[in-house]
Amino acid sequence: MVQYNQTRFDASFAALSDTTRRGVLEQLGRSDASITDLAEKFHMTLTGMKKHVSVLEQAGLVTTEKVGRVRTCRLGLGRLQEEAEWIDRYRQLWDARFDALDKIVEELNEKEKIDGRKK
Amino acid sequence: MDAKNETGASPARGRTNVERTSDLELVVRRSFDAPARIVFEAWSKPELFKRWWAPAAGVPLLSCDMDVRTGGKYRLEFGHDSANSFAFYGKYLEVIPNARIVWTNDEGEEGSVTTVTFEEKDGKTLLLLRDVYPSKDALDEAMTSGSTSGYVVQFEQLDELLVALGTRA
Repeated sequence: MVQYNQTRFDASFAALSDTTRRGVLEQLGRSDASITDLAEKFHMTLTGMKKHVSVLEQAGLVTTEKVGRVRTCRLGLGRLQEEAEWIDRYRQLWDARFDALDKIVEELNEKEKIDGRKK
Repeated sequence: MDAKNETGASPARGRTNVERTSDLELVVRRSFDAPARIVFEAWSKPELFKRWWAPAAGVPLLSCDMDVRTGGKYRLEFGHDSANSFAFYGKYLEVIPNARIVWTNDEGEEGSVTTVTFEEKDGKTLLLLRDVYPSKDALDEAMTSGSTSGYVVQFEQLDELLVALGTRA
């Protein structure tokens, strides 16, 4: 489990290595904000803030959504959690299938026992 | 599904265990209270297979063609009618009766190769299913988008089932 997480941790740590980006995360922890809001709060140009947000987005720490002309940023689930949720859904799919398979297997097993007794 | 707050894939829930064992591979485990030949039979006969592969009442399985032998092909079509259907298809790379089935998933661009083995012990069968993707990116892509592997549709179907089961209980 450790090895495959490495690159994701690397991306997360790289994203977190910058004071502004840590500040942005802290800010988004309090409330969602547009790139313009963030740029003002951190005394930066829009372009500069866009770059920071995009690094955070690539690390899965932030998600953004554009509505009209405003791009709103919020804290992301994080890749690890996303992956855990996907795996859980995958597990539920197989669990549902195998519950159904279990019933059929039981049916066949019973039938075989009855047939075996008849012989 | 309201288990959103839980992190991790809690294998304790249900009787099916799933683990991502490497960059490329997912492993599913489950045990059945029957000999391997019976589990294999339920997996390899289309009339039985279609009763459990699509457990949801939502999207029906329109057709199920399976030629379960080495080199044989399969094609499963889901949908309400043939105009609105989607298909899963591929071929069987290896079939050893009562022991092992290996097949490709060719509906996506970088589909996985799935191997299922049936291991019998004291009259019970341990089923081990491995889904191996051609690259780390392919598995990551399947996980983030879900669309390439067709899981999204299957999961939507499963969601419907879970909702239906929830309302019945």
